[in-house]
Amino acid sequence: MSNELLKVENLHVRFFSSSAVVNAVEGVSFSLKKKETLGIVGESGSGKSVTATALLRLIPSANGKITGGRIIFEGKDLLSLPEREMRNIRGNEISMIFQDPMASLNPVFTVGEQIMEAVRAHRKTTKKEAKKIAVEMLKLVGIPEAEKRISMYPHEFSGGMRQRVMIAIALACRPKLLIADEPTTALDVTVQAQILDLMKSLQEKIGTSIIMITHDLGVVWEMCDKVAVMYAGKIVESGDVRTIYNEPLHPYTWGLLKSQITSSVAKSEKLPAIPGSPPDLSKNMPGCPFADRCPFAQAICYSRKPEMKEIGDNHFVACHFQTRESRLKREEEAYRG
Amino acid sequence: MHAGSVPVLKPEKEDKKEAGLLKKLLRNRLAAAGLVVILFMVIIAVFAPWIATHPPNKMDLAHTLLKPGTDGHILGTDNYGRDLFSRLVYGARISLIVGIGAVLVGGFFGTLLGLAAGFFGGKLDALIMRTMDGLFAFPFILLAIALMTVLGQGLFNVILAIGIANIPGFARIVRGQVLSVKEEEFVEVARSLGASSGRILFWHVFPNCLAPLIVYGTMNVAGAIISEAALSFLGLGVKPPTASWGSILKDGKDFLVLSPHMATFSGLAILITVLGINLFGDGLRDALDPKMKV
Repeated sequence: MSNELLKVENLHVRFFSSSAVVNAVEGVSFSLKKKETLGIVGESGSGKSVTATALLRLIPSANGKITGGRIIFEGKDLLSLPEREMRNIRGNEISMIFQDPMASLNPVFTVGEQIMEAVRAHRKTTKKEAKKIAVEMLKLVGIPEAEKRISMYPHEFSGGMRQRVMIAIALACRPKLLIADEPTTALDVTVQAQILDLMKSLQEKIGTSIIMITHDLGVVWEMCDKVAVMYAGKIVESGDVRTIYNEPLHPYTWGLLKSQITSSVAKSEKLPAIPGSPPDLSKNMPGCPFADRCPFAQAICYSRKPEMKEIGDNHFVACHFQTRESRLKREEEAYRG
Repeated sequence: MHAGSVPVLKPEKEDKKEAGLLKKLLRNRLAAAGLVVILFMVIIAVFAPWIATHPPNKMDLAHTLLKPGTDGHILGTDNYGRDLFSRLVYGARISLIVGIGAVLVGGFFGTLLGLAAGFFGGKLDALIMRTMDGLFAFPFILLAIALMTVLGQGLFNVILAIGIANIPGFARIVRGQVLSVKEEEFVEVARSLGASSGRILFWHVFPNCLAPLIVYGTMNVAGAIISEAALSFLGLGVKPPTASWGSILKDGKDFLVLSPHMATFSGLAILITVLGINLFGDGLRDALDPKMKV
């Protein structure tokens, strides 16, 4: 219990428009320990970003709402806190970094001013002290000539540097949890690797837990201890990264892994893709959301929603047919064909 | 650090940014000319007591309507024998004070209203903007007449009247900017770092709305100067015998055939000043537009 940092129980998020209600996140549950890294993977529209945004209660209230569940952070249910306390948590105990470093920084203030703002929002410090912390943070994230760079504006930095600055701002108050929403998607591959390395080393130094939202399975492999695979607003499989990558049980996870370009795939082979597209989240369909794309779907799949079952050590799957048998070998043919 | 090493460039980025803007601005010849005109008028207004050749309100009924160049009167005298040049010089003060004052009044309240309407939306937005629409719909002169009737004549009241009439324009501009800026990602980032709505509004959104606001404000000064002239022309402006370009114009219209110098020079003063401000404002708009490559 003392080691558990975050526990999300049965989270539901809905978006309302004049014509439809979209169930963006349905019944999502997961937990995270201190210093652990959880990856949340899924395609666009799977609900992973909405889940991340919901954790900080940043769902735009104009048309979205957290309609159910609990988010227990260090023993407190975040959904029950008044907004004022929530503001104390944001940027302080839980921080978030976003996908586009170009747009994430305010263009009219220097980089130093923005780090200082994050610090002074949560700590009583003098301007001088805050400036010292800002320089320290820039050094920590590997920006050279930190003392000079402090007074530079965002447009004077490259994409990778800006993301480092974002990380510096997010970690300035040493949060216990860092939520990274596709932090490397907008960056070049080489820069990606640098940023991921940086995040790993900072995690060591600061002891933060990380939730990594991504659609890149390679990033998950590199960075995460655990992973949750999301589809159509639900988690379909979760567990240790190594276990899931070696033994994916849900047909969706299996399809995802199969469609990765690896060195073992011959150049002439066609990359197996999962046919079809994700369902319309505004329609409440009975049955498994993956049913119409699943090569193993049976009648029950269309009529009854599968529950998350613990199949192995900390390994959960939501599928009617997953057991520990080696069905996988037999089913390989179905995808290959 | 020994003597032979290459000195590390100290990035004076803050100065560089402003210097870059000024350079960009001045490359535009017309804008530079406008700036010169503005500075010229400001200097005249500030140093009026030293530049004027005669006391502006000293009447000399024996020497009325003298032509320019007679008797030490550079631009002649008006219908009360007062030196026209000196009156125009002091009139510059009125014009600038009213111009800047009215813009400050309109800009301050208009900006606050625009920020509130744009940021909070909903019923507040509707309430503010419908009120602004109502105010906007009033013909300016009618509005000014109504206000001046209530407030009475005088410099301060002129500033107030023109300022109030300008509020809707500012409110609209600022609201438009707020609507787009508040959707920017760095606003969401600020929220994710625990910033309160107030902080986001004044620290993040407002500074990013400044560019059009500055341009609009500059152009508005020109408008306010013309408004003051119009009000004075109608007899609603500053109290006589205070010299204002509009009141000189008004007095001058009665003598257009035989002594056109009154109306001509006061009219020219207004024309040149307003033109200068507008040219400068145009150049400022171009310089502040991030998408334009000069």
